[in-house]
Amino acid sequence: MEKVIEVEGLYAKYDDRDVLCDVCFSALKGEITVILGGSGSGKTTILRHLLGLLPVTRGQVWVLGKEISSLPEKEMEEMYHQMGVFYQNGALLTSMTVAENVAMPLVHQSNLPRQLIDDIVIMKLGLVNLKEAYGLYPSQLSGGMLKRVALARAIAMDPPLLFCDEPGAGLDPLSLKSLDNLILNLRDQLGISIVLVTHEISSILRVADRVVFLNKGQVAFEGPLKEALSSDIPEVREFFSVTESVGNMPPGGHGR
Amino acid sequence: MNWESSPVQFWRISDNFRTGHQIHFMQSSGSTKTIKVLETGHTRCRLNDNTLFISGSLKVDDAGDFSRAALRALRTLKLPQLTVNLEELDDIDSAGVTALLYLQRKIADRIPRIEFEGANKNVKNKIELFGSDTHIEEKPAREFEITEAVGGSTYSFVTSYLYGFIVLAADVLYWAVADLFKTKTTREGDFVRQSVHIGVNAAFIIIIMSFAIGFVMAVQSSQYLREFGADIFIVDLIVIAVMSQMGPLIAGVLVAGRSGSSIAAEIATMRVTAEIDALKTMGLDPVRYVVVPKLYASLFTIPLLIILSNVAGITGGASAAYYSLDISPEIFISRMDAIMQNKDLVTAFIKSQVYAVIIVLTGSFYGFRVEKGAEGVGRVTTQSVVVSISLVILADSLMAVIFY
Repeated sequence: MEKVIEVEGLYAKYDDRDVLCDVCFSALKGEITVILGGSGSGKTTILRHLLGLLPVTRGQVWVLGKEISSLPEKEMEEMYHQMGVFYQNGALLTSMTVAENVAMPLVHQSNLPRQLIDDIVIMKLGLVNLKEAYGLYPSQLSGGMLKRVALARAIAMDPPLLFCDEPGAGLDPLSLKSLDNLILNLRDQLGISIVLVTHEISSILRVADRVVFLNKGQVAFEGPLKEALSSDIPEVREFFSVTESVGNMPPGGHGR
Repeated sequence: MNWESSPVQFWRISDNFRTGHQIHFMQSSGSTKTIKVLETGHTRCRLNDNTLFISGSLKVDDAGDFSRAALRALRTLKLPQLTVNLEELDDIDSAGVTALLYLQRKIADRIPRIEFEGANKNVKNKIELFGSDTHIEEKPAREFEITEAVGGSTYSFVTSYLYGFIVLAADVLYWAVADLFKTKTTREGDFVRQSVHIGVNAAFIIIIMSFAIGFVMAVQSSQYLREFGADIFIVDLIVIAVMSQMGPLIAGVLVAGRSGSSIAAEIATMRVTAEIDALKTMGLDPVRYVVVPKLYASLFTIPLLIILSNVAGITGGASAAYYSLDISPEIFISRMDAIMQNKDLVTAFIKSQVYAVIIVLTGSFYGFRVEKGAEGVGRVTTQSVVVSISLVILADSLMAVIFY
């Protein structure tokens, strides 16, 4: 299967502290690849490298067939047209309405007439079930609604590759499930390849095709979710065993 | 019919679109039928009788040019029905689907019935997914009535601004008095910290500004006084102007601009980041915890800043008098003794207290009014500066009328 992302021998440091050490993994086309691991394992650093927001000092990062560390600025800009990014807190511009936020990539990256952009915006908001938020400002939305608008903006240009940074952070289980379903729909109906950074176990179990498990800046495991769940690697086993213990808890919670 | 091999006469509509895609709009008069051909980037269309064949791919890069050019071409026709054949269309995205629906809507008056046919599975799925209704219900615009608008604005001003300001002022006053007797709950070192921020850090700029204004005032008036032989009256002019008006006003306006904005921005940011809520839920009154120390610091430091401003302004005026009118510092000081009144010091002190209350109340009022978001913080900060400077000047004018 075609690779949309390939990372080879990636190292990263903050000051003198090693954050990533010889990281190698790949993400496949049309799949949801989840980068997971505990806090401080280097997940966000990897994502920032994949997005070209951090310079690659050692190693290679290939995104959609191009080595991004050597890409000139112009080509990197074109690369951004092929990517959608869904930030943890939504990162919506508060001075603009929901519609203007979603329209932003279309206005700046395409030559579509205004009326057509408005139609696309309504349609994208419809995809995330938020048509009614069209004229509202981000400050008037709840946390879950903000995330859905951020997702609508990330897919405004129908990018072949979507990055999601902790999409479930701060959401209640029902909102998280509905967001996961939206992400699954994007994969199934649009064939978008998705790279998702998270440590929400319920989310991982629902959406992941493939997982990359990071531990102390190194890839401890890479492969399909099924294999991860039956892995012998202690850190991976421990990570997923938390779910099992929660799943095995008697109804009504502990203490009864 | 193979349109590519047809003898075609074509003319270019435009090759100046942003994407750089050329658009050709070709028309061929064959022996039996007319064929219109349109090519935009990766999308090709041909109109054959009542069927529009679309081939290639129709994605976001081409959808804009396609919709413009196709609309222009199809608007020239009037047909009872049009079939859009998508057999040769390999791929489409949301922008492409929206462009097709947009086209359908725009030509509905000339071609009332449009049908799509022959889409492959991929294209069909995308049309089903993205072909949702793009209609959004708009609330009917209400008729504008001047009386309603004026009444509404007045009501909103009274309920939202005036009432809010009075409630905040009462709250601040209550805690400012109450905290004089309950020092246990105040944050240690806060008064000193705020005094340094509001007073000490503003001293330098106030000294420079007042000195410069006193100097310029003396230089500009000296030539007129010399013409009338009234050189010595430069001292009267400088001392009265600085002591009664310029000194306090310069200090007040600068503190309003500097500390007023800082108070508004600090409180607004605290509200946006839920720090104010955190204080409330910890059982602390935000007004008491955040505003009252600033009020104490302002009440204490602004009189001192006014004294500094007066001294700097008079020094500036004395320097100019020495250089342009040869009035020595000794003469200046002895004349100043005769002019200065205790009343000036008292009014300056009263002004300082009024300014302190205006600056702190306005800054905190706007800070607490912020709505979520970075832009909100900027907006209330600007509003706070404009309003507090205006109120300082208005209060100064009012007190000038009362005291002189």
